Amino acid sequence: MSDTDFEPKIVAFLCNWCTYTGADLAGTSRIQYPPNVRIIRLMCSGSVDPTYVLKALLDGADGVLIGGCHPGDCHYQSGNYKARRRVIALKEILKQAGMEEDRVWLRWISASEGQRFAETVAKMTEFLKEKGPSPMRQKWAV
Amino acid sequence: MGSRPRIGVYICHCGANIASTVDVEAVVEFAKTLPGVVVARHYTYMCSEPGQALIKEDGAKLSLDRVVVASCSPRMHEPTFRAASQEGGVNPYQFEMANIREQCSWVHHDPDEATAKAKILVAAAVAKAYRLEPLEDREVGVTPGAVVIGGGVAGMVAALDVADAGFPAYIVEKSDRLGGRVADLNRTFPDLEPVAEWLPGLVERIQSHPNITVFLNAQVAQVEGYVGNFEVTVVENGGGEEQGSKLQVGAIIVATGYKVFDPQRKPEFGYGVYPQVITTLEMERRLAEGDLSVNGKTPEHVVFIKCVGSRDKQLGNPYCSRVCCMISAKQAQLVRQALPDARVTVFYMDVRAFGKRGEEFYDEARRAGVRYRRGNVSEVYRRGDRVVVRVEDTFLQRTLEVEADLVVLAVGMEARDDADEVAALLKLPRSADGFFLEAHPKLRPVDTAMDGVFLAGCCQAPKDIPDTVAQARAAAASALIPLLRGTVPVISETAEVDPELCAGCGMCVEVCPFGAPALDPLWGVSRVNAVLCKGCGACAVTCPSKAIQVRHFRPDQILAQVDVLAG
Repeated sequence: MSDTDFEPKIVAFLCNWCTYTGADLAGTSRIQYPPNVRIIRLMCSGSVDPTYVLKALLDGADGVLIGGCHPGDCHYQSGNYKARRRVIALKEILKQAGMEEDRVWLRWISASEGQRFAETVAKMTEFLKEKGPSPMRQKWAV
Repeated sequence: MGSRPRIGVYICHCGANIASTVDVEAVVEFAKTLPGVVVARHYTYMCSEPGQALIKEDGAKLSLDRVVVASCSPRMHEPTFRAASQEGGVNPYQFEMANIREQCSWVHHDPDEATAKAKILVAAAVAKAYRLEPLEDREVGVTPGAVVIGGGVAGMVAALDVADAGFPAYIVEKSDRLGGRVADLNRTFPDLEPVAEWLPGLVERIQSHPNITVFLNAQVAQVEGYVGNFEVTVVENGGGEEQGSKLQVGAIIVATGYKVFDPQRKPEFGYGVYPQVITTLEMERRLAEGDLSVNGKTPEHVVFIKCVGSRDKQLGNPYCSRVCCMISAKQAQLVRQALPDARVTVFYMDVRAFGKRGEEFYDEARRAGVRYRRGNVSEVYRRGDRVVVRVEDTFLQRTLEVEADLVVLAVGMEARDDADEVAALLKLPRSADGFFLEAHPKLRPVDTAMDGVFLAGCCQAPKDIPDTVAQARAAAASALIPLLRGTVPVISETAEVDPELCAGCGMCVEVCPFGAPALDPLWGVSRVNAVLCKGCGACAVTCPSKAIQVRHFRPDQILAQVDVLAG
C-alpha cells in the first residue's frame, strides 16, 4: 500500500523564544522547506501537554514536532528539561498503547537556527513519507 | 460563553510578499465560511494606517469582539494589531495572528500549496480566537533605585546619572577601591590627558553624592525578583568579617569590566621570563614614574607588539580588543618624548585608528618618529642583555630579527573569570567571545534578555573610555525609564487556579521556577501570585486535575488549534 502521493501532516508545537523565532528566521532568510508542517506557538516547550500530542495523533496528524531552546537556554530556566522528561515518558506510553513513538520528535532549535529548522522539517517530512500515513487515520476514519 | 463570537478576519498582501504566492482572495472566501466570522477582508498592507483603519471601523460598525490578522509573525506586529483592535472596541487579548508570511509565503514556492496552508493557518487562528477571553493590561509598582555592579568608570558614570535623577544608586565593587582599570592608566589617547586630572574628581563626586552608597570588597550573592522589584543580596568581605545587606531596587546595571589578557599564554614572547618584556599596563606605570630603564640602562630600541591575545583564533579570541592600537600609539609617542634618541618600532597586523581623532593621533605618532612595520612576531629571545624580536615582515615576505632593550606587549581584553557567576546570578546570556550578550546588536545595545538588567562598559565587549561612558550613560537612561515611570507592565497571560478543581497537591508549587504558586494554608488550594508568574505554563501541564491554567493558552484554546491543524 505504498502511496507515492502521500503528504504527511505534521503538527508542530514551538516555543516562542527559540524554535518559533528560528522558524521566523527560516522565513526571513527565504529557506524553502516542505509545507507539511503546521505550527502552534506556545510560550515554552515545557508547556506542551502530552494530551496535545495525543490529540494531534488521534486527530490524524502523521507526526508531531516539539521544538524548544537548547539545554541551558530556556527563557524560563528549565522548561525544555521538563519537555524532555515528558516526551520520554510519553513515548513509553505510546509504545505501550501500540502507537508509533517515532512519529513524535523533540528537537532543540534556537532563534538563530533557521536553517536547522528548515532541515528538521524536511527530514521529518521525508521520514514520515517513507513510513506512510499514520494508522490512526484509518482506525478513526468514519 | 455567552453570545456567539463575532470575528473579523483580515488577510494581508504584504505588498507582493504574501500575495504573490498566496491567493489572498481565496483565503478571504474560505475565512468567511469559518464559525464566528462575520467579516473577512484583504488589504495591501494591514499594518499601514488605512489597513489598521479597516479593523477599527469594522470593530465599531459590526460590533466585533474578536480579530484575526493573517500577515507576518506575531513577533513583528502583534502589538500593532492589538492596539488597532482595542481602538475598534475589541479587547486586545481577543486578537490572534496567523503567520502566513515567515511561515508560509516566504518558505513555500508553490501557490496552490501555500494557499492551502494559509487557509488552514487562518482556520486555526480563528478557532483559537473563538475561544479567547478578554484580559486586562497589568502594571506593578517600581522600587526606586538601582544597583550598579562594578565601580570602574562605567559603573561610576552610570551610578552618577541614576543618582542625579534623584534615585538611590548602590555601587557594588569587588576590589577595595573605585576607579577600575582606568585607575591603572597614566595618560589617555588621543589627547594625552593625565587620568589623574579627571578620575579623582569622578571618584570624589561618587563618594560625596547623597544618593550613592558604595560597597567595597563586596559582591552580589543573590538576585531575586524581576524588573521593577529586585532584591539584591550584597556580601561585604571587610576585615575578614562577612556582612550581608539586602537592597531593594527597580533596575540593575552590570558594569563588571574585563580581564587583561595574560601574556604568559603566549610563551613565545617570553613574558615573565625576560625582564625586558612587559605589558602595556606595566608600561603605563613606568611612564607615570618616568622610569623606562632596563637593568639600569636607558633603552636604545623599544619595540611594541600589537594584538597580543586579540585577533588570535588559536587562543579562541578572534575579536579585536579595540584599544590596543591606540594605547600603543600613545605609549610610543610618550617614549619618543621621554627618550628622543631611542628608536621606537611598532609591529602590527593592521592599524585600527577608528573613532574621533584616532587616525590623526596615529599620524602624529608616525610624525613623531615612531616606525610602524607590518609583521607577525613569532618569537622573542635573549641575546646578551638585550632581546631579539623575530618577525616576519608581511610586506617584504621576509623574516627579520631586531634587537631591542624593551618589548611592550599590547595585551587585549577578555571576559572576566567571574563572568560565569554573574551570568548565573542574573540569567544573562553570553556571546561566543564570553562577553555578556546585548538584547539586539544594533537597536538594544544596553538591554539584556532579562528585563530591568542593563549592560555598561567592557563586560559587554572591549571598548575605549568614551564608548564606555556613552554606554554607561545609555544604560543609566534605560534603567531610569521604569524608575521614572514608577510602574512596569507585566504580562497578562498568567496562570490561574480554579479552586473548585484544585486538590492542593502542591505539584505546581514544586515545578514553578519563579515561586508564583503557593498553597493557601486556610483553604488548602494553590493560589498564583500573578506578579511573579511568567506564563511559562509548566504548572498547567503538571497539574493532575487541570485546575491551573495559563490565560490565553488554555487547553481548550490550544486543542481547538490542534483539531484544525491535525484534522
